[in-house]
Amino acid sequence: MNKIITKRRLASNVCEYVVYAPRVAKKAKPGMFIILRADEEGERIPFTICDYSTEEGTVTILVQEVGYSTAKLALIPEGGYIHDFVGPLGKPTDLSEFSRICLVGGGIGTAVIYPQAKYLNSIGKPADVIVGARNKSLIMYEDEFKASAKELFLTTDDGSYIRKGFVTDVLRENLDKGLYDCVMAVGPMPMMRAVCNLTKEYGIKTVVSMNPVMVDGTGMCGGCRIKVGGQIKYACVDGPEFDGHEIDWAEAMNRLGAYKEKEEETYCRLTGEKE
Amino acid sequence: MAIEKTPRNLMNEQDPQVRAHNFSEVALGYTPEQAMAEAKRCLQCKNAPCRKGCPVSVRIPEMMQAVAEGDFDKAGEIVKSTNSLPSVCGRVCPQEEQCEKFCLRSRIDEPVAIGAVERFVGDYLLSKNAKPQKVESKGYRVAVVGSGPASITCAAELQKNGVQVTVYEAFHKAGGVLTYGIPEFRLPKSLVKSEIDTVLALGAEIEFNTVVGKTITIDELLEENDAVFIGSGAGLPSFMGIPGENNNGVYSANEYLTRVNLMGAYKSDSVTPVQKGKNVAVIGAGNVAMDAARTALRMGADKVSIIYRRGREEMPARKDEIHHAEQEGINFMLLTNPVEMIGENGWVKGLKCVKMELGEPDASGRRRPVAIKDSEFIVDADMVIVALGTTPNPLIKDSCNELATNPKGTLIVDEGMMTSVENVYAGGDAVTGAATVILAMGAGRKASETILKKLGIIE
Repeated sequence: MNKIITKRRLASNVCEYVVYAPRVAKKAKPGMFIILRADEEGERIPFTICDYSTEEGTVTILVQEVGYSTAKLALIPEGGYIHDFVGPLGKPTDLSEFSRICLVGGGIGTAVIYPQAKYLNSIGKPADVIVGARNKSLIMYEDEFKASAKELFLTTDDGSYIRKGFVTDVLRENLDKGLYDCVMAVGPMPMMRAVCNLTKEYGIKTVVSMNPVMVDGTGMCGGCRIKVGGQIKYACVDGPEFDGHEIDWAEAMNRLGAYKEKEEETYCRLTGEKE
Repeated sequence: MAIEKTPRNLMNEQDPQVRAHNFSEVALGYTPEQAMAEAKRCLQCKNAPCRKGCPVSVRIPEMMQAVAEGDFDKAGEIVKSTNSLPSVCGRVCPQEEQCEKFCLRSRIDEPVAIGAVERFVGDYLLSKNAKPQKVESKGYRVAVVGSGPASITCAAELQKNGVQVTVYEAFHKAGGVLTYGIPEFRLPKSLVKSEIDTVLALGAEIEFNTVVGKTITIDELLEENDAVFIGSGAGLPSFMGIPGENNNGVYSANEYLTRVNLMGAYKSDSVTPVQKGKNVAVIGAGNVAMDAARTALRMGADKVSIIYRRGREEMPARKDEIHHAEQEGINFMLLTNPVEMIGENGWVKGLKCVKMELGEPDASGRRRPVAIKDSEFIVDADMVIVALGTTPNPLIKDSCNELATNPKGTLIVDEGMMTSVENVYAGGDAVTGAATVILAMGAGRKASETILKKLGIIE
């Protein structure tokens, strides 16, 4: 059982949870993830570690309420307990061979690029950060990014904040200026694919963090398998980060949708929206 | 004096037509009378050849004697002195290749049903809910990685000798493959839990949700313990590497069984999703393939086929499991090899297969299957389960470079189960690759003996 130390709503459908998990915090590094079960009957769901404090023994995750299990988690109040909290899993991000880095975050992907932005800043290599959201209410961590990014670019699909457009619009302009030798993009799969298609034109190395369906997170089930460079890779032990130019995106997006119907059915059981 | 022929006492079983639609146990176990009658068939051989076939050397003739006399408590003490999980072993051990294979009774009629009697004794102990006597701590500590059969056996033997054990389990439940892998109808989970709880009642502690190699490293465990035992199990599921294998509806047996068993997807109120195929193809013919096929049937499939590239004689599963699967109506497509998984809108729709014939024996001694030219045909399937074994999980090895592995990736150990790292021992599938529960238990027991000797607790 792991206590939720603080819980705050960052966007209309996203909450930040600071969870007491000292052993996980001690080993956490940017890019790694945890698996949790909200309650005794819950599913095992993976979340990327957004922040951590070895001193406080805490791990921060951002959770977007998209279905039954995340909605169930959202019902646990601050001070309440998460039944199981395992990690840190996966391999940490390694951008050490690059010096001019751009971090691109879409939606909940912000949770993955934030610790990287913070880390790169701490070693004196601050990165440019491009964050996109559908609208202003979904922009997260603006102040935090301002404090750690070399420069922060914000876009909204509807133009309700700063600049109307997509992250790829800003990225293209910056790539034209020759600003980067590496891009790390994290967000919904269509956004990551769009970024990869763009950076491929420029021949710029692009790292993405994959979030496929997972069960155990330790390499046992093979559910998270992804085709990378024609080879089967397991996101949980080989990843979750891969060379975005090598990923079979159509296949990965198809696999992500495998349980959509079932998820909606159980979600409706919780909300009472449908029988 | 000639010994009168008396046939083996058979356990009652659920009717195949009924059990194919429920998750209750297939075999119903002996009544006390049946157990006593079967135990009386034991010839009480002085040299007990049966024991040599048992990886944990259960004192079989003594156990039989006690059961024959109706002294089940004494039988329980005897079996528990070398086997901490008799209810499990009585159900899932391949006795026909171990103890029963060496039973001299088979020269007269049939071997004694040692497994069925052991199961009876184990279940009797659980029904009495007797808690074991705790042994006073001798001040030593051992960390045990994983809580499957190898680890639990090692933990029990150490704890019985006054060594304080902490078990580290990656999942939220104990038991390893006994919990996530072997289905309810073959090994009820309540029974696995009770038998493990009895071991923990010896005083061992267990920490769930702890992935050794990630949450805590082997080096850190060594700092706090006199020894470490790694029983982390097999690992990454193998796939065929054929086109279309990543379509939705294609599972590894590990994933399918974990969703159904560990996450309870077989219960109607479960939130864990699992595909409910109507026409299911299972690739492979080992025990895990049989488990997956029979599980799919119970999950509501109309038709389940085992697809195997070799012939009937080569199937690696236990005869009993194959027999049970056939009784329940599993379809066997032998000498058939899938070459492609056909998808439609991202979901698997069928398998393109070729017919095989058996050629010369290969390295495994089995005749090598060879594809027959122009024999392609399509097998319809809306769900496919790949049960072709596993390759070792790199997780622990990656976090401890000094741990030597062989080219296959399994951990290398010496005769006493010690790895290349001082005071780090290993056993079970992590060492052998996917094998049986009882071999893992034998390895756990062996490692515990080496550790106890090293600590000077036994000679």
